[in-house]
Amino acid sequence: MRAIISVVGKDKPGILAFVAKKCADNDVNILDVSQTVLGETFTMMMVCEVDSKIFTDFVSLMEREGKNHGLVIHVMHEDIFNAMHKI
Amino acid sequence: MINQNNILETIHMIDEEDLDIRTITMGISLLDCADSDIDEACKKIKNKILKYAKNLVKVGDDISKEYGIPIINKRVSVTPISLLQSVSGGDCTKYAICLDECAKELGINFIGGYSALVQKGMTQGERELIESIPKALSITERVCSSVNVGSTKAGINMDAVKLMGEIVRKSAEVTADRNCIGACKLVVFCNAVEDNPFMAGAFHGISEPDVVINVGVSGPGVVRTAIKKAGADKSMDEIAEIIKKTAFKITRMGQLVGTIASKRLNVPFGIVDLSLAPTPAVGDSVAYILEEMGVEHCGGPGTTACLAMLNDAVKKGGVMASSSIGGLSGAFIPVSEDAGMIAACKSGSLCLEKLEAMTAVCSVGLDMIVVPGDTSASTISGIIADEAAIGMVNSKTTAVRIIPAIGHDNEAELEFGGLLGSGPIMPISKVKCDKMIDRKGRIPAPLQSLKN
Repeated sequence: MRAIISVVGKDKPGILAFVAKKCADNDVNILDVSQTVLGETFTMMMVCEVDSKIFTDFVSLMEREGKNHGLVIHVMHEDIFNAMHKI
Repeated sequence: MINQNNILETIHMIDEEDLDIRTITMGISLLDCADSDIDEACKKIKNKILKYAKNLVKVGDDISKEYGIPIINKRVSVTPISLLQSVSGGDCTKYAICLDECAKELGINFIGGYSALVQKGMTQGERELIESIPKALSITERVCSSVNVGSTKAGINMDAVKLMGEIVRKSAEVTADRNCIGACKLVVFCNAVEDNPFMAGAFHGISEPDVVINVGVSGPGVVRTAIKKAGADKSMDEIAEIIKKTAFKITRMGQLVGTIASKRLNVPFGIVDLSLAPTPAVGDSVAYILEEMGVEHCGGPGTTACLAMLNDAVKKGGVMASSSIGGLSGAFIPVSEDAGMIAACKSGSLCLEKLEAMTAVCSVGLDMIVVPGDTSASTISGIIADEAAIGMVNSKTTAVRIIPAIGHDNEAELEFGGLLGSGPIMPISKVKCDKMIDRKGRIPAPLQSLKN
């Protein structure tokens, strides 16, 4: 299933690498990345393919890992954004 | 790829503005559980509810985790129990105990349907159920009760109105030691809807399928923030447009969750109820939306107009977003569950009479209002009759859920806890209406009922 990973936090080197490494460790395939830094705030969106069997565990893992590194990470099913923002 | 701003907007709505799915409610028909032996009927009810709803909480929690949307309540509504009571007779509270046990076993916080529809007249079973309500609400924890006393088509059953004034009072009286919680679980309706997913008024109407999933969305905080961002220079029609767009997004989310839940539970999808239902959380208030529109304090002049526009714009946005809109769909104004309403009552800007006017344009009625403990049964009946008349004439649902604070004379407010919040005791008119209520009988259906 396709999921969106959003990452927001104070900018520092290695955030993208850190998230990408976690994805690789869990066999999550990254399909698209968009990333910007506004002022000091790092914002990144990733579209990725996650095995639905591990999805909920991956959600918890990323939220926890994010918190440990001062980042707010959300992993959400892509459908929610399609439903809300596309007609 | 989906627009980055859209992703952030959604996350912000959930994290900061209290956007959530308020409830996934499974409606279950109990018509096939009717039995002339009440114990046998209870056994059948338990089997059926536990069979269909056993995965309700788990599926709700799974969806919540996967999609990142909080789903606050998982609930069950059933066929009005008065229909089963008419078949079985006996001690009606056995049904309430049975429903309560089911709710506890399933891990849901409320089960609705301890109800009777008596807008045109009462059968023996319906009378027995209504008379058992105070005891049923006192000995159970999670059972919710509702009684429909009027409709545009049938008029208002004043026998039932008189009786319900007494029942509301008694429900509070027998639970006086628990902050009169009994009356919080009892709604008196006019034009009750059969597919309402929200408690305490939910029941599974007889025209509904065997089992169905209904979803209630919410999001007053989101609407308020959207209006705030728009700024003070926007005209009212521009504000209406903003509300419509926001309601659209919220409803789409409800539609998505409902569809997935119905698929996973293998139960047909019924409706999305796109109500703005406040919670005691500070940002999650309908009153603050009205204040954001420009009324200094909720209850002041202009409040009813703002609420009318809000209610209408919410419907218009929602209708575009889902092909199965139903339930109550609009803005709720429960006093004790809305931080802004509570503040307005305390400051004196919002009174019972203004609330009554607001109910003519909102989606339900006088909801979660605490009145002094010495309020007589006939005064409560009078309030019910007034509210039912507004519903009857305007072809809309109205309801009364008021709590006489019996045994709490020295307190300024009653604390119910959780989503029910806490309500300041509101002053009420001392003018008597006993003679009118004692007349009983029926208020005939208005001309609006003759549409054929």
